[in-house]
Amino acid sequence: MNTRKIEILVGLFVALGVAAFVMLAMKVANAGISGNGETYRLEAKFDNIGSLKTRAPIKVGGVVIGRVDGIQIHPEEFVPVVSMSIDKTYECQFSDTTSVSILTSGILGEQYLGISPVIASESAKQTCLGNEVSAQDEVDLDDLFGVESLALKDGDAITDTKSALVLEELIGQFLFNQSSE
Amino acid sequence: MSQSIVEVKDVTFSRGDRVIYKNMSFSVPRGKITAIMGPSGIGKTTMLRLIGGQLRPDSGDITFMGSSVPAMSRSELYQARKQMSMLFQSGALFTDMSVFDNVAFPLREHTQLSEDLIRLIVLMKLQAVGLRGARSLMPAELSGGMARRAALARAIALDPELIMYDEPFAGQDPISMGVLVRMIKSLNEVLGLSSLIVTHDVTEVLSIADHVVIIAEQGVIGSGSPEQMLAHSSPLVQQFLQGLSDGPVPFHYKAAPYEQELLDGGV
Amino acid sequence: MDFLQKLGHKTLSRFASIGRATQMLLGALLNVPNLRQGAPLLIKQLYMVGHQSLLIIMVSGLFIGMVLALQGYTVLVGYGAEDSLGPLVALSLLRELGPVVTALLFAGRAGSALTAEIGLMKATEQLSSLEMMAVDPLKRVVAPRFWAGFISMPLLALIFSAVAIIGAHLVGVDWLGVDSGSFWSIMQSQVSLQQDIMNGLIKSFVFALIVTWIALYKGYDCIPTSEGISKATTETVVHSSLAVLGFDFVLTAVMFSS
Repeated sequence: MNTRKIEILVGLFVALGVAAFVMLAMKVANAGISGNGETYRLEAKFDNIGSLKTRAPIKVGGVVIGRVDGIQIHPEEFVPVVSMSIDKTYECQFSDTTSVSILTSGILGEQYLGISPVIASESAKQTCLGNEVSAQDEVDLDDLFGVESLALKDGDAITDTKSALVLEELIGQFLFNQSSE
Repeated sequence: MSQSIVEVKDVTFSRGDRVIYKNMSFSVPRGKITAIMGPSGIGKTTMLRLIGGQLRPDSGDITFMGSSVPAMSRSELYQARKQMSMLFQSGALFTDMSVFDNVAFPLREHTQLSEDLIRLIVLMKLQAVGLRGARSLMPAELSGGMARRAALARAIALDPELIMYDEPFAGQDPISMGVLVRMIKSLNEVLGLSSLIVTHDVTEVLSIADHVVIIAEQGVIGSGSPEQMLAHSSPLVQQFLQGLSDGPVPFHYKAAPYEQELLDGGV
Repeated sequence: MDFLQKLGHKTLSRFASIGRATQMLLGALLNVPNLRQGAPLLIKQLYMVGHQSLLIIMVSGLFIGMVLALQGYTVLVGYGAEDSLGPLVALSLLRELGPVVTALLFAGRAGSALTAEIGLMKATEQLSSLEMMAVDPLKRVVAPRFWAGFISMPLLALIFSAVAIIGAHLVGVDWLGVDSGSFWSIMQSQVSLQQDIMNGLIKSFVFALIVTWIALYKGYDCIPTSEGISKATTETVVHSSLAVLGFDFVLTAVMFSS
């Protein structure tokens, strides 16, 4: 058989393989968040994480912005600490009053982290990004309450957390309330 | 330059527990045709592999053009092999290449010649073996004799100093045998190389050999010119050369006495 | 005593053959061929080993995907979870079936052919004759075949998985009526590029190494008779299938157990 024909057929073979890879990568897998770009880390303490797993998605209004990186037990307080890696573009966008809760997709679905963001004030963003804040900007809405809010950056912790709803506990509470009425 | 191209000195070689050669010595004179003869299964092909460096002797030395083959490093051995070539019993043509590509193979591997020049050389070599017209055939389409001639063309492609023939006449019809005999003779004369033929076809090889070595019983039992051999006093040599069925090499495989075994019964 | 001797003999000869196999592989890999001579040889072997296996891989993939969809659907529909057919099929293919079945088919199709071809080259003295022409058969014959196998099999496994997922789509969506959108979208949310596709790919690289190596070694080390070649060919298929399944367990335990 002549060389040219063999080369064409091998080319076809390799092209098919690459096409299969591209199809698998684009159509079958979520190439999205985990592969590309940089992330920053946040931590959050919970009382109970239910069946949250590492690599569970972190969503804002249903859109995935990151993944659970690891789950450890706090060495002194003995509560679970979840570390999250979140897309770098959202660094310094959320205020430290942001809350995070463990939610379930569907009745039998996987658990994920839902973030209800509070948008950080302009001055907090600038401080967070390391820029000097000019004097005029200092008068901000937050300060009216006498509380100074900060924007969340790499390594910070979210304090406002809602634990997972455990079905058995819910049923137990419900029965308890019923009987006490 | 010494008179011999290959020198085998006191070589002992064994495979497992079986001793094949014991303190064997002989030499292959330069520019002549040397025949190594002996009964089947005596390890004649092994001898060629020893000379080619594919096997190493247990003890003793083999020299090719003055340098010791067993002592060579891998790269030295590969250099030495470019000056020797071997014609295998089956021809050993590469089955996935045409005759032309087979002959061109050593040239393409070892030289930087242009394709035009390679084509010229290949056609010359094929002309020498009479297969110029068969250059585009595949090895599977050749007859046994033609395959061997094609392999011969490949063996002389690099103009070696020494050609070793492993049973070149085995399984050939009389015509192609005659062709091969004549070709070996003429190649030796025209190209001025040395030939080493391993065979047990006595009559054919005695007609062209300048020097004969007969091997049996783990060593050389006689060597000299064909005339000297024919007049040799050893009964073993005579039995081999004349093809007698019984003699020092017994017709019967080692066994208990015939009558006794027939009368004993059993297995 | 006899038993002990036999055991010892078996062990020693097994070690010796592992040693020879390693020697062969190193000999083939360390002799880097130059590009002018190496590339055409590699392309020819890619054709023989890869392209020639394409048909069996694609047909098997299609059928396996279809069967998976059919079986998965009947179980899932009992829980009202037939929308999860996509991730079920995709995960089982990408993590396990793709690499493993491809390796088994490859051992049967290409591995046995490699063994027989090299064994035949040995029996017809082509390997010896190469050596006598001062051409290293490891470099000339073994190395291009090894690389061709090593490159081809992961590609074949990818093609296998892709075709099988299309087959599953055919049965699940077009025939059984699973919603096409949820078939793809749930699959996408469950399958990750690194965790699943890349690990599957790593698996098939490991299998490619094992199968090609065994096939080449069995051919290279066979007894050069017709009997020896047929025995070596059988051994290639048996040994490489067992090795693939064994290594699959080990790799799965390492990759997916956490």
